[in-house]
Amino acid sequence: MSAPLVQLTDIRKSYGSATDLEVEVLHGIDLALAPGEFTALIGPSGSGKSTLLNLIGLLEPPSGGSYVLAGRETAKLSENDVTALRATQIGFVFQFHHLLPAFTATENVLMPGLIARGRVTAERREAARELLADVGLADRLDYLPRKLSGGQQQRVAIARALSLAPPLVLADEPTGNLDTHSADEIFALMRRFNARSGTAFLIVTHDPRLARRCDRIVELVDGGIAGDRPNLASKGDG
Amino acid sequence: MPFEWIVALRFLREGRLQTALIVGGAGAGVAVVLFITALVSGLQANTIKRVLGTQAHIVIRPLEEVARPQREAGAGEVVMPRVEARAQRLRSIDQWQALEPVLDAMPGITAVSPMVSGPAFALRGDASKSIAIFGVDPARYDRIVAVGEKLVGGAFRLGPDDAVIGKELAKDLGLAVGDRFRTLTAETDSPVTQTFVVSGIVDLGVRDLNRRTVYVAFRTAQTLLSLPGGASQIDLKVDDLFGAETIARGLEARTGLTVESWMRTNEQLLAAINAQNVSTGTIRTFVALIVAVGIASVLVVWVVQKRREIGILRAMGASRGSVQRVFLLQGAMVAVAGSVLGSALGSGMTAAFTRIVRNADGTPLFDAIAVPGWLYASAVGGAIVGGIVAAMLPARAAAKLDPAQAIRM
Repeated sequence: MSAPLVQLTDIRKSYGSATDLEVEVLHGIDLALAPGEFTALIGPSGSGKSTLLNLIGLLEPPSGGSYVLAGRETAKLSENDVTALRATQIGFVFQFHHLLPAFTATENVLMPGLIARGRVTAERREAARELLADVGLADRLDYLPRKLSGGQQQRVAIARALSLAPPLVLADEPTGNLDTHSADEIFALMRRFNARSGTAFLIVTHDPRLARRCDRIVELVDGGIAGDRPNLASKGDG
Repeated sequence: MPFEWIVALRFLREGRLQTALIVGGAGAGVAVVLFITALVSGLQANTIKRVLGTQAHIVIRPLEEVARPQREAGAGEVVMPRVEARAQRLRSIDQWQALEPVLDAMPGITAVSPMVSGPAFALRGDASKSIAIFGVDPARYDRIVAVGEKLVGGAFRLGPDDAVIGKELAKDLGLAVGDRFRTLTAETDSPVTQTFVVSGIVDLGVRDLNRRTVYVAFRTAQTLLSLPGGASQIDLKVDDLFGAETIARGLEARTGLTVESWMRTNEQLLAAINAQNVSTGTIRTFVALIVAVGIASVLVVWVVQKRREIGILRAMGASRGSVQRVFLLQGAMVAVAGSVLGSALGSGMTAAFTRIVRNADGTPLFDAIAVPGWLYASAVGGAIVGGIVAAMLPARAAAKLDPAQAIRM
C-alpha cells in the first residue's frame, strides 16, 4: 500500500470545558485512508461520524492524537497553513448542498479557485463549465441555486468539490435528502470521478444500499471504530 | 477582481433592501454634514466680509502717551502717587514715510494706506453734525476698503476741495453730489474751517458710519487737522485673514508702535465664530457617530444572517483574514455609496437653500454659498474611514465564526 493520504492515530475529540462538563465524542480513532480509496463511513446517529469528518476536513482541530494529511502533521500548522492545506487537499460535499445562494452554478464551482488564487481567468471559467457539463448541467450553467432541483444542486456541489482536483473529497450524507433515483445518480457520479481521476472519497451515509457500493466500509459506534472491512462486492459497480 | 471584492459586492446586491437602507442612512448623514458646513462657513464668510468691508485688517497707530509718577518706588519703600492718565492728543506716527515702503515690501501684506483722521463738524445752513474726517489717498485706500464699490453717487475722487461723504450724512445735511458744505475742526484754540464739494456719496452698510464718515484728500486732512506731513494711522490689508493677529504682533515687536488686528478689535465676533465652529464640529461628530453605529448594526445583522455562507467559504479555503476583509469592504463600499449620494443631496440642499432663503429686500442671503471641493473630499474620505471602522466589529465576529458550527446550522 502506498503512503496513506490520511493517517489518524489515537484521535480524540472532546467538547465543553476541560472540567466536569467535558464530553468526549471520539475515543482514540486510528484510521488510514489511501489515495484513491472510496470509503463509506457508517454508524448510528450520534456515533461521531460528522465530528470525525470535520476533523479530517480540518474544520475543527482534534483534542488529542496525531493527524497527518498528505504527509504533514496538522497539529503543527498555523491557522493560515491549515486553511491553505484544506483549500488544496480537500473538497467538501454537504448533505444540504450548501451552495452560495447569491452566485450562479458556474460561479459556485469557480469559488474554490477564486479563493485559492485570488482571481478568475478565462481558462478557469472554461474548466468550470466543462466540469458542470460533466455532471450533466451544461444547460444550467448560469442558474442560481434556488432555481435548481435538489439533485441538480448536489451535482453543482460535487463539481465545486472537485474544481481544484483535490486528492480527497469528504461527503456528509450527500444523498441524504434526495429521492432514490437522484441518489443513485449522484453516487454514480462520485464513483465515476473516483475511477477517472483517482480522487479518494470518504462518504458518510445512513443508506446501507449505498454503503455496499463502496470499496471499504468503516463503522463508527459510540465514538470508536467498530468495524473496518474491505467490500469486494463493490468492484465493477457504478 | 479579487475574491473579497466579488463576494462583498454580491452580498450587498443580495441584501438589496438592507443595502439601500444603510446607504440611505449614510447618505443622509453626509448630506447633513455637508449642508451644515457649507451653511455655517457661508454665513461666517459673509459676516466677516461685512465687518471687514469697512475696516482695515491691521491698523498701526502711535503709542499712547503715558503719564509716569515722578519717583518710582525703591526697595522697601511705598510711594503713593496719584497719577492722572493723560489725554491723548492727535499725533503722527514717527517716521511713517520710512515705514511705508517697508510695509509695502512685506510678504503677506497686500495693501498699505496711510491716513490722517480726526474729529470735526460739518455745517450747512443751521445744521451742524459731528463727523470724522478721514484723509486718504483714494488709490491706496480703495484697496483697504472698497469705497469705489460702495458709492451710491458720484466718484471716489479726492481733489484738494473734494469730499466723499456717508449716505446718512448727505441726507441729514440735504447734500447731493456737487453741493457744498463747510467743516469746522474741533481744535479749541485755533478752529480751522474749510468748504468742500461733495464728489461722491458712499453707503458703508453701517448706519453709524454713514452718518459721520467724510473722506477727504490726505494732504487736505493734514492741514485741516494740524498734522502737516503726518499720518495718524496706517491701514493694512493681509492675504491670510486669520493670520492677521500674528502679523500684527510681529509688526508691533519690530516697530514699537501700537498695532491692532481686526481679530483684536472684533473679539466678540471672533468668539462667536469660534463658538459656531465648535458647535458645528460637535454636530458633525455626532452625525458621523450615528452613521457609523447604523452601518455597524446593519453589518452585525448581516454577519448573523450570513453565518452559513461564511462557514462554506471557510470550508472552501477562505482564510479568517479574507472573511474579515469581505465585511470591511462592505462597510467601505456602503460608506462610499452613501457619501456619493450624500454629496449630491447636500449640494442640492445648499443650492435650494440659497435660492429659497433670501434677505428681506429679495437679495440673496449669501453672496456665494457653495460646498467647496475639499469638503466633498473630506466627507468621502471620512465616510470611507468611518465605514471601515464601523465594520471592524462585525468583520471580526465573522472571522471568528467556527466553520464547522456555522455549516451545521
